[in-house]
Amino acid sequence: MADSQVRTQRPLSPHIQIFRPYLTMMMSITHRITGGALYVGTLLLVVWLLAAATGRSGYEHVQWFMGSIIGRLILLGYTWALIHHLIGGVRHLVWDVGLGFGPEARENMARLNIIGSVVLTILIWIVAYAVR
Amino acid sequence: MSAFGKFSIQTAYKRVHGLGSAGAGTEHFWRQRVTAVALIPLTLVFVVVVILATGKDYDAARRLLGNPFVALSMLLFVGAGISHMRIGMQVIIEDYVHEDVPKIALLLLNTFFSIACGLACAYAILKLSFGG
Repeated sequence: MADSQVRTQRPLSPHIQIFRPYLTMMMSITHRITGGALYVGTLLLVVWLLAAATGRSGYEHVQWFMGSIIGRLILLGYTWALIHHLIGGVRHLVWDVGLGFGPEARENMARLNIIGSVVLTILIWIVAYAVR
Repeated sequence: MSAFGKFSIQTAYKRVHGLGSAGAGTEHFWRQRVTAVALIPLTLVFVVVVILATGKDYDAARRLLGNPFVALSMLLFVGAGISHMRIGMQVIIEDYVHEDVPKIALLLLNTFFSIACGLACAYAILKLSFGG
């Protein structure tokens, strides 16, 4: 190939530690981290459902743990990760249909994602406490 | 360029078809979108179910989870969620683990974990539904 020499001399693409952090980059990283957290958090669902299917004492133990301070903190984190990843996923679907790539649109969607995830998480917990 | 160089009548698509990083096409990309779209309403239903279950005693929680509409929604949520998280984790593993043996080991673990979690949830939901 005539251009193989040129190809080998091309500069390597800089990786993330070279760039100054910016919003959409942080959102991309957060989307991956929340996805990974939800992956592990699936165990909560497994434990909860299996306990409910197994029997009264097992279920009450799980309920006790989920209701403890540590349990509540884990569930709060799970709620936020779930909602953040959900809104982040919608953001990706918007990009998939070719919209929202402009400099303002992508920044606004990122901000909406952060604010929306926090607001919805608080709202879910208010409702959960109200109906119990 | 193929062996026939720029004079080939092969289309660009034909030259790359089936030559993705996994030797497969865009199945995972597409399935990740399908499950993402499905998970938007299913996650909202899941959150409502969890809210309704918090603070309920064992019998009430069993009745809730055994309700056909709740059980079906939860089964759909688990199915779409497990498929989505398995593909997501596979992408993360493929991005960061480059040695063959650890990569294959982690991909296997990912498959086992996902299927085990999915089956455990489905089994528990069905057991609750059928009153076992």
